[in-house]
Amino acid sequence: MFKLNPKLSQKLAYCLLFCSMLLTIFPVLIIIFIIVKNGASAITWEFLTAMPKDGMRSGGILLAILGTLSIVLCAISITLPIGVCAAIYLNEYAKDNLLTRIIKLSIVNLAGVPSVVYGLFGLGIFVMYFKLGVSIIAGALTLSIMELPVIITTARNALNSVPHSFREASLSLGVSRWQTIRHIVLPNALPGILTGAILSIARISGETAPILFTAAAFYVPHFPHSIFDQVMALPYHLYIIATQIPNMPKNIIFGTALVLLMIILSMSFTAIFLRIYFRKRRKW
Amino acid sequence: MTNIKIKVNNLSCFYNNKCVLENLSIEVIQNEILSIIGPANSGKTTFLRTLNRMSDFYQDYSRKGKIYINQENIFDMNMETLRKRVGMLFAMPIPLPMTIYENITYAPKRLGLIPSKKNEQDAMVEDALKGASLWEEVKDRLNSSAMRMSGGQQQRLCIARILAINPEVILFDEPCSGLDPISTAKVEESMMELKEKYTIILVTNNVKQASRVSDRTAFFLMGKLIEIDKTDKLFVSPNTKQTEDYITGRFG
Repeated sequence: MFKLNPKLSQKLAYCLLFCSMLLTIFPVLIIIFIIVKNGASAITWEFLTAMPKDGMRSGGILLAILGTLSIVLCAISITLPIGVCAAIYLNEYAKDNLLTRIIKLSIVNLAGVPSVVYGLFGLGIFVMYFKLGVSIIAGALTLSIMELPVIITTARNALNSVPHSFREASLSLGVSRWQTIRHIVLPNALPGILTGAILSIARISGETAPILFTAAAFYVPHFPHSIFDQVMALPYHLYIIATQIPNMPKNIIFGTALVLLMIILSMSFTAIFLRIYFRKRRKW
Repeated sequence: MTNIKIKVNNLSCFYNNKCVLENLSIEVIQNEILSIIGPANSGKTTFLRTLNRMSDFYQDYSRKGKIYINQENIFDMNMETLRKRVGMLFAMPIPLPMTIYENITYAPKRLGLIPSKKNEQDAMVEDALKGASLWEEVKDRLNSSAMRMSGGQQQRLCIARILAINPEVILFDEPCSGLDPISTAKVEESMMELKEKYTIILVTNNVKQASRVSDRTAFFLMGKLIEIDKTDKLFVSPNTKQTEDYITGRFG
C-alpha cells in the first residue's frame, strides 16, 4: 500500500488546514468589498439623515435606521433581564432534576426554531391575540423570545466562569446565597453578560423574518409616535428596495446594505473591545 | 469542669448512600485546638463540612445524627446564622476578587455587623488583620487587590476575614497544605493566639502539625473515630496499633 512519509503528511495536513482557514475569511472579505465598492458612493450625510423621497428611490434611510434601532433596543431591554434571571436560576439554584432537564431541553429547542416560525408566532400571539397590532412592541416581543435562549446560554457561561470557590468562601462566612450572587457572582459575570448582550443586539438587528409580520412596514413617512406604531426597518427595507421597486438606483441598494453591515460590525467590534478591556482588568 | 462547646451524637454521613462517616460521637471543649488526623477518605473533611453545613449544598449528601453547639442543635438552626458562628478556612486560600480592606468588610457588611462610622470600620479591619498577624505586612496597602498577595498572606487574610464576623468556632481544613514552612509557622502561630478566644478544629494531613499546635488529637480511619486523646498522650503512647502505625508513618 502507498504510504506517506511523516514530513509530507505533515505538510499536506498543514496545507489543508490553512486553506480551510482562508475559505472562511474570503467570503467575508468579498462581501464587504462588493458592498463597499457599490454602495460607498451612496453614503452621504443626507442619505443617513433625510426622509425617503421619490418612492424611496432617493432621499435618506433615517426612518429605517431609527426603526431598526427602536425595535432592537426594545427587544433587548425585555429579553436581557428575563434571560439573566433565568440563567441565574438555572446556574445557581436549580437542582439536577427532571424539571431542570426539561427547562434546559426547551432552551435548546427554542434556539433551533426557524426565525420565520417566530415571525408567525408573533403575528398570532402579539399582533392578533393581544391586539398589539403591527408595532414596535410586537416585533420587539417576538425578537426577545427568539433571542432568549442565546442570552440565557451566554449568561450561564459568564456565571460559570466565576470560580466556584468564590461562592464557597462567601457562603462560609454566613453570607446568604442571594447576597453571594448579588455581590460576588454577578459583578464578576457582568462583563461576559454585557458582551453577550451586545452580540445579541448585533444578531437581531439583521433579522428580517420575525419582524416581517409583526413590526415592519413597507413605507411610513413619519417618525414613530409610540411603541405601538409600525416602523420601517433596515433589513426589510433592503429587501423591498432590492426586489419590489422598479428602477431602483443600484448604489442606494448597496448603500443601505452597507449601513446595515456597518451597524452590525461596529456592535461586534464594540463587544470584542469590551471583552479585551475586561480581560485585562480581571482580578483572578 | 470542662466546658463542652460542640457535642456530636451518633453522626453518620453518606454520599450516594455510601457511608463515609460512621456513627461518630465526639465532644469539643471550649477554647481548645482539636486536631483531626487520618489518611485520605477517612471522613475528616466531611465531618468539618457537616459542622458548618457546607455539605448541605451537595445533592447526593445525606446524614443522620445530631450536633449541638452550646446545646443548640445545628440542624435546626438557620444556615447563615450557623456559618456566622462557625467560620471555616479552606485548604487553598480563597481571597475574594477585591481589595484587602473590602475582603475584611465584605461579610460584616452583608450580615449587618458593620459599624457605620468610617474610623470604626478602619479599627475593625485593623483588629481583624492584627488577630491574623497580618497587619504589619499590609497596613500600607489595604486598598490594593488581595489577589496580588503571597499564598501565606492570602491564607492569613482569610483568617482575618473570619475574625471580622466574630465567630465562636473556627474550622481549619488543611490550612497549610499549599504553604511553605515559614508561612505555615505564621499560620500556626496565629492559631495558637486564636484559641484564647475561639474554639478551633484543625483537620490536617501533617501529623507533626497536629502534635505542634493541638491540645487534643483525634484519629480517623475509614470513616470511623479510632482514638481521641490529649495530644501529648496520643503521640507518646497511643492505645491502638492503627494509631501508632499512622503517626509513626508505618501505615499501609
